[in-house]
Amino acid sequence: MATPAPIDVRPLSPDARRKRFLQAIGDHALLLAVAAMFLLPVVFIVLTSLMSDRQSLTPGIWPKPFVPQNYVQVFQDIPLLRLTWNTLQYAGLAALGTVLSAIPVAYALSRMRWRGRQVVFLVVLATLMLPFQVTVVPLYIVFVRLHWVGTLKPLIVPNFFGDAFSIFLLRQFFLSIPEEMSDAARVDGASEWQIMTRVVVPLAKPAIAAVALFSFLYAWNDFFGPLLYLIDKANLWTLGLGLSEFQNLHHVNWSLMMAASVLFMAPVIVLFFLAQRVFIEGVTLTGTKG
Amino acid sequence: MRRPGHRGRTLKRYGLVALFMSPWIIGFTVFVAYPMLSSLYFSFTHYDLLSSPIWIGLQNYVFMFTKDPFFWQSVRNTLWIIVLGVPLRIIFAIFTASLLCRPRKGIKTYRTIYFLPTLAPAVAAALAFLYLFNPSFGPINTILTHVGVKDPPLWFYSPQWSKPAILILGLWGVGDAMIIFLAGLLDVPRQLYEAADIEGANSVQRWRHVTLPMLSPVIFFTLVIGVINGFQFFTEAYVTSTTISQNPTGLGDPQGSLMFYSVRLYASGFQDFAMGYASALAWMLFIVTMICTVVIIKTSRRWVYYAGGGFR
Repeated sequence: MATPAPIDVRPLSPDARRKRFLQAIGDHALLLAVAAMFLLPVVFIVLTSLMSDRQSLTPGIWPKPFVPQNYVQVFQDIPLLRLTWNTLQYAGLAALGTVLSAIPVAYALSRMRWRGRQVVFLVVLATLMLPFQVTVVPLYIVFVRLHWVGTLKPLIVPNFFGDAFSIFLLRQFFLSIPEEMSDAARVDGASEWQIMTRVVVPLAKPAIAAVALFSFLYAWNDFFGPLLYLIDKANLWTLGLGLSEFQNLHHVNWSLMMAASVLFMAPVIVLFFLAQRVFIEGVTLTGTKG
Repeated sequence: MRRPGHRGRTLKRYGLVALFMSPWIIGFTVFVAYPMLSSLYFSFTHYDLLSSPIWIGLQNYVFMFTKDPFFWQSVRNTLWIIVLGVPLRIIFAIFTASLLCRPRKGIKTYRTIYFLPTLAPAVAAALAFLYLFNPSFGPINTILTHVGVKDPPLWFYSPQWSKPAILILGLWGVGDAMIIFLAGLLDVPRQLYEAADIEGANSVQRWRHVTLPMLSPVIFFTLVIGVINGFQFFTEAYVTSTTISQNPTGLGDPQGSLMFYSVRLYASGFQDFAMGYASALAWMLFIVTMICTVVIIKTSRRWVYYAGGGFR
């Protein structure tokens, strides 16, 4: 329950103390039960990844025997390194492009005064609500004509032209930087570009990190884009597309597929632990304040 | 009174703004505005990529509503997942967030655990749940039979249980919504709770009169985003149904129970290459999404409380 306990001046009676104690246990039990619900799938996945192929097709839960060799064999059956490299290229360049393009746009929308600024910002926001299906068909056709289908270009290039969500995030953050800092720089004769790069950007590092992280993550997890543009080029498949296709086409056995899934999820989880604060800050930047 | 040289400076300023905005301006024109208009045009044509688009007027839309065997099914499936999934997700997110907002030992660990599944790539999660919920050898049914359930559901292999299974998958990844609600819960001013306590409110009343109203902007935000995303639901549906049917054209299996709107769109456009029809489907989706969003926004005035302003 979302309340701090009211301040109690009188000492608690034994009854009240006992009630408080039981309540604490109850709370913890609930926390634990819910935690178990979230963890159980992951536990099962890892356990299955350590099973022999034969055992994975039985109802047994605990690996008997342990087959950690799965984690070696999975690299032979599925070209995981190639898939990972493709995904890294896509995600890394996408994050770079998003950051590079979102910063000046967010800057213009928050720290430059001009007529129509609000309206344009609303348009930017409106694009967030646009279902991607509306644009996907013509874009695909454009990319066909450009002969970009079958390359990573249709996935990477659009990120260099501003992503509404990142612009929104950065704009919110930029707005919180005091005007005095920009004004001081202006008095010193700095140009807008210099103010942006020397004053605002260094102060906005957490938000920029969050943007980079989110766009990396989005690209890492993207399935529809690669499905559309890379399906016929197996050597360019990303991890998500690759795992799905290998499951369908080659009927990779389940224990290996679970090992591959673990490897697919692992970098993201490691990244999260390394950058926890950035993650949470980024998510909360979007949610509550308007 | 305009000073001399002002116009030059204003132009220069707007020029600078345009420069800063240029990535988005180009992006909007090329990747949003042009394709939108383009697909609107295509929706009135028959276009298979091999020859030029042929104008057919409203035929795509007529086909959609009257002749397409999958259209209404996809609409029903999509509505099912939205009407059930979005509220459940919100409730679950508030519930888990409320568990996490009392400061206590190890709370950070719990928060990480609750949040982690949302990081799992959709494909990995879908494949994992396919295994976990496999009727014959998946751990879930193993546990269910151990606990005494006689005939555990066939989950993804059953038309009745495939959507609930996907729903559970969605609930497992509730972490992203949960974090937003957690921030919202922590934002509720203590004085309000203290005032409620002074008035003798019990926990139900506390929720009804303090917590939920203060959370209503976040609920509103999550609702809108949830509905918008729900209409576009694709990856998990695609991965699970193609794996079940073991061939790419078995989309929506079993028996079309996982044929969501987005899946139908993908199939029309990129398996049947009926680009015109897919565009029509896309615009219909857009219109419906807009209508739903506007409805939610309009009704929000009734129940969303902004701490800065007030009701209505």
